[in-house]
Amino acid sequence: MSVAVYIAVMAVTTYLIRVIPFAAVRGKIKSRFLNSVLYYIPFAVLSAMTFPAIFYATGNVITSVIGTVIALVMAYFNLPLIVVALTSSAGAFIASLIIGGIS
Amino acid sequence: MRHGIPIMLGYFSVSFGFGVLCIQKNLSILAAVGISVTNLTSAGQVAGVEVIAASGSLIEMILCQLVINLRYSLMSLSLSQKLDPSFNLMHRLFAGYGVTDEIFAVASAQTEPLTPAYMYGLILTPFLGWSSGTLLGALAGDIMPASVTAALSLMLYGMFIAIIVPPAKKNSRVLFAVLIAAALSVVMHYCLPMISGGFAIIIAAVIASVTGALFFPVTDENKGEEKK
Repeated sequence: MSVAVYIAVMAVTTYLIRVIPFAAVRGKIKSRFLNSVLYYIPFAVLSAMTFPAIFYATGNVITSVIGTVIALVMAYFNLPLIVVALTSSAGAFIASLIIGGIS
Repeated sequence: MRHGIPIMLGYFSVSFGFGVLCIQKNLSILAAVGISVTNLTSAGQVAGVEVIAASGSLIEMILCQLVINLRYSLMSLSLSQKLDPSFNLMHRLFAGYGVTDEIFAVASAQTEPLTPAYMYGLILTPFLGWSSGTLLGALAGDIMPASVTAALSLMLYGMFIAIIVPPAKKNSRVLFAVLIAAALSVVMHYCLPMISGGFAIIIAAVIASVTGALFFPVTDENKGEEKK
């Protein structure tokens, strides 16, 4: 299947999700349960997307896990997104150089 | 438009990571930018790329976007209550495209009713940051040596971690949902490999969120405390 078809389907779905309530609905969601689910969804989605994919992100499990640990530690200390991302990548890169040097 | 600039900077770096990821998954630069321009959402796009890379079905794609982006419906719904009377249907159809987590956060913090001009200004700069970041990330992914792009493909996940760890640290309810989602996703990946990536994300996220909602329902009062 063409990538363009995927992108079109993806774009239309995302657009409708946003626009239908924006253009049509005027009420408020009252259900506490539904509100709670919607509250947790972004965190749960990001978590499910990150694990276990992050362990394979670099194509090498060892360097990926090193990058993951660095990201977790940096994030634990509330460092900005870009710092977490770059130190994680840098750590994995340096690890790949060291591993490459040994083997 | 001024309000959009901090969002633009954040979007630029996230979308740079997204651009690198697309190249890693064998998508073209054009496809990467095309996805960013038409979707303007991080998590949904990454899941979408997973579905494309795995040659998943279109149903999977739709379900994936539906579940991951469903929160935008709630945000749109909430913003729709704040719109200025000058926001006619035409404007709503255009501005609705730009409802993202960050834009929603800024727009909903405004005390005056939202005018179309304000919303377009607020959306424009993040949109430019998001598209240009994707383009540069994809170009970088194309040009740089494989060892560098391999390391850079961690960027996006690193940012996801940076988004979820601080609130999870502060709030055990979020930590609970995050851990369940991660655990289910890992279990499905290793034990149920026939479930494709997109579906695994949906199943893990829905079960984790529903469990979280059942055990720790959220009220309006305790809701905003983890967002800074």
